[in-house]
Amino acid sequence: MTKALGLLVALFALWLALSGYFKAFLLAVGFLSCLFTVFLARRMKLLDDEAVPLQLRLTLPLYWSWLGGEIFKSAWAVSKIILSRNIALSQQLIAVESPLKTDMGHVIFANSITLTPGTVTVEAAPGKFLVHALTDEAAGAEAFGEMARRVAAVETR
Amino acid sequence: MDPVLVDLARNIATAIAFIVGGGFILVGSLGLIRLPDVWSRIHAAGIIDTIGAELILIGMMFQTGLTQTTLKLALIGLFLFITGPTATHAVANASFIAGIRPDRLKRNESEAVLGEDTPEEMKA
Repeated sequence: MTKALGLLVALFALWLALSGYFKAFLLAVGFLSCLFTVFLARRMKLLDDEAVPLQLRLTLPLYWSWLGGEIFKSAWAVSKIILSRNIALSQQLIAVESPLKTDMGHVIFANSITLTPGTVTVEAAPGKFLVHALTDEAAGAEAFGEMARRVAAVETR
Repeated sequence: MDPVLVDLARNIATAIAFIVGGGFILVGSLGLIRLPDVWSRIHAAGIIDTIGAELILIGMMFQTGLTQTTLKLALIGLFLFITGPTATHAVANASFIAGIRPDRLKRNESEAVLGEDTPEEMKA
């Protein structure tokens, strides 16, 4: 029930943001279509932690802004490699432990690794990821530990 | 606040975001040509679709101010933030399964993660 209500609020907010109409008739029609969508999602049994991630902490935007800083730093590092006269790579496929508890936590962690240039998540196994790193610096273990700790702080309330 | 000054500040902020974002896109495109194989080129593409695209969007948001358009741009940024790494992962995973080995692979822990499911070509 909470999930259905959460999805309804999110859908209607999206509808408002994209339409920008505030006439009573259009608002009512928009609300009804959102209601119908929630009904369909419920019939399809989509109202779970994956489709409506209400279990995430509200500090998620803070995590994203921290991640933005990390992305900038590693994008700078990869740019320097690309622009160097002799490209010095030490490509490696490394195993990264994922200490997170929920599926959503694993997804956020894996996506964050891929978002930072220099590292890409290649394959997942229970509790572990296979990560391709461009250089030794990108493969440094302490960077992943820090990221995992921050994801663990937002994954459940 | 003087509206002329505010306009000027906005234009400067947009210019900085566009120049830095455009610079990263240029470097990323150069990387697509200069780097040796699929695996390293994925990282160059990663620069373009994360920091390049997001900075261009942020630059546009400075121009539109507090309007509905800014909200739409922010939504585009959010979708890119989630679909970008998903597409990157799909390409990396496909090359892994196809058994394309990275050029001069220094360390390979594939079997530590996947065990017997590791594709034959990717075994150390």
